[in-house]
Amino acid sequence: MSNPLMELINVSKSFGSTDALKNVSMEVQPGKILCLLGDNGAGKSTLIKILSGYHPPSNGTVRLEGADTVFSGPREARQRGIATVHQDVGSIPLMSIGRNFFLGAEPTTGNWPFRRIDTSKANEIAVQQMERFGITRVKDGNQLVGTMSGGERQVLAIGRAMYFGAKVLILDEPTSALGVKEAAFVLKMMRIARENGAGIVFITHNARHAMAVGDSFCVLIQGEVAAQFKRGEKTREEVLNLMAGGEDMAALEDDLEQVD
Amino acid sequence: MHRPETGAAAAFLLTYLFFAIFTADAGFVSVNGTAGWLNLASELGIIAIPVGLLMISGEFDLSIGSTVGAASMIVAIGTNQFGLPIWPMIFLALVAGMLIGLCNGLAVVKTNLPSFIVTLATNFIVIGATMGFSRLIANVTSSSIIVSDSSKFVFAARWGQANISIAWWILAALLGFWVLSRTVFGNWIYATGGNLQAARGAGVPVERVKIVLFIATGFAAAFVGILQGIQWNSGNSTYGMGYVFQAPIVVVIGGILLTGGYGSVLGVVIGTALFGVISTGIFYTGWNTDWIQLFLGALLGAAVLANNYVRRLALTSR
Repeated sequence: MSNPLMELINVSKSFGSTDALKNVSMEVQPGKILCLLGDNGAGKSTLIKILSGYHPPSNGTVRLEGADTVFSGPREARQRGIATVHQDVGSIPLMSIGRNFFLGAEPTTGNWPFRRIDTSKANEIAVQQMERFGITRVKDGNQLVGTMSGGERQVLAIGRAMYFGAKVLILDEPTSALGVKEAAFVLKMMRIARENGAGIVFITHNARHAMAVGDSFCVLIQGEVAAQFKRGEKTREEVLNLMAGGEDMAALEDDLEQVD
Repeated sequence: MHRPETGAAAAFLLTYLFFAIFTADAGFVSVNGTAGWLNLASELGIIAIPVGLLMISGEFDLSIGSTVGAASMIVAIGTNQFGLPIWPMIFLALVAGMLIGLCNGLAVVKTNLPSFIVTLATNFIVIGATMGFSRLIANVTSSSIIVSDSSKFVFAARWGQANISIAWWILAALLGFWVLSRTVFGNWIYATGGNLQAARGAGVPVERVKIVLFIATGFAAAFVGILQGIQWNSGNSTYGMGYVFQAPIVVVIGGILLTGGYGSVLGVVIGTALFGVISTGIFYTGWNTDWIQLFLGALLGAAVLANNYVRRLALTSR
């Protein structure tokens, strides 16, 4: 196994007297998808914030490419190749695809005071990158992002992060707001990103989506790692049961039937 | 139909044709008639352009009105009471306008309060301060300005009926257009108003964007204050109070969304031109000018509805 891109070693995070994370250890490998599973309130968002530099851990170590690291903030994390793509934020509906793609890193042409955004270059590259990840419907970089579907916007955001050299890609619930087809599309895109050598952290509460692409899995329950396993080591039922906090899903379903 | 200024352009054309046809003999379409509505539109237009950019970035500025008056009074008191040469006073007035903008920007960014209320407060503070200090220094709230030939030319030259303000307006429009639709800063303006969190996430310095736009608005307001003061040879604390709402009105008529993130400088220019046509066109009809307000109100209502519609259109797939 190659050296991990990013590691958490015994990371804890508490806010006041609440422990959001307790002794979490995990590894992000290049060219692998690590699925982070957990119910609401399991500590997923806190973990994302530690990975993406918003919070320093209260205890424990974050290692980036083998070196102990404390990020000064999300900006530094981003500069060092950690890209976070959130569920909905990240794109601006009333701006064009080209302008969205290069927001904050606009290519320019000409000399001041005539320096301007190189719109044709921005549009061309944006459309090209979308195509690379399988979106062929979009031909014109001037099209507004708001005209694209939720899945296409996710692809735009992920493609953007990859284009700007992200090594670690943190995807926060990228499929949960999407229909079946769209979700499949995003999952396919994650595989392409993986082939390009990115280390992907896929946060989801959808075990089916996780099982479809994941190489390794980490289940969080109440801030603690409840289970860590590799692809093929557990069945979907076992994973679902783990996420439900060890309770048997079948038993829960029986309860539900009685309610009906 | 996928452009923000479509509605304003249609309304402008209809209104213009209406006055052109109904006042055919009165000279509305003549050179002098055209200069008339352009003069009126240009002074408002110089302010409306930065106000438009500011609104695209998601903020509002109501302090423009009193800044116009304050700038004219700075020049008036400086040249008249203290006998200072006019150019340094012009410079001082422009700096004062930018300072007011800076204060607005910092207050909005630091407190996260709605800029509507923050700049409404500034508007009252500035006009109150202008009147108070003017009275303290010279015991007046309006005063004549001692102009020089060069300043008279730059701010108040006239060719026939046409004021030089029209040229300044065109310049402001070209500059605004360039910044908004061609530069990186323009991209940041759209992003800041379109989705603040996403813009910040992409590394756009959203606070700086807003502060710079507030400063630009203050500068433009002071510029118009100087322009009016020199044109009329006097400063007055109450100059520009009409702009407080006229500027946002023409901006919205021009197709800029109140919520930010969408709009164009061309739209603002057309919206302002429409305002000029209505305000002067009414004179040519011989109707009572009271109708101007009604016209504007109706137009604003229609524009808000149309903007909503255009926005939806823009978001439908092609």
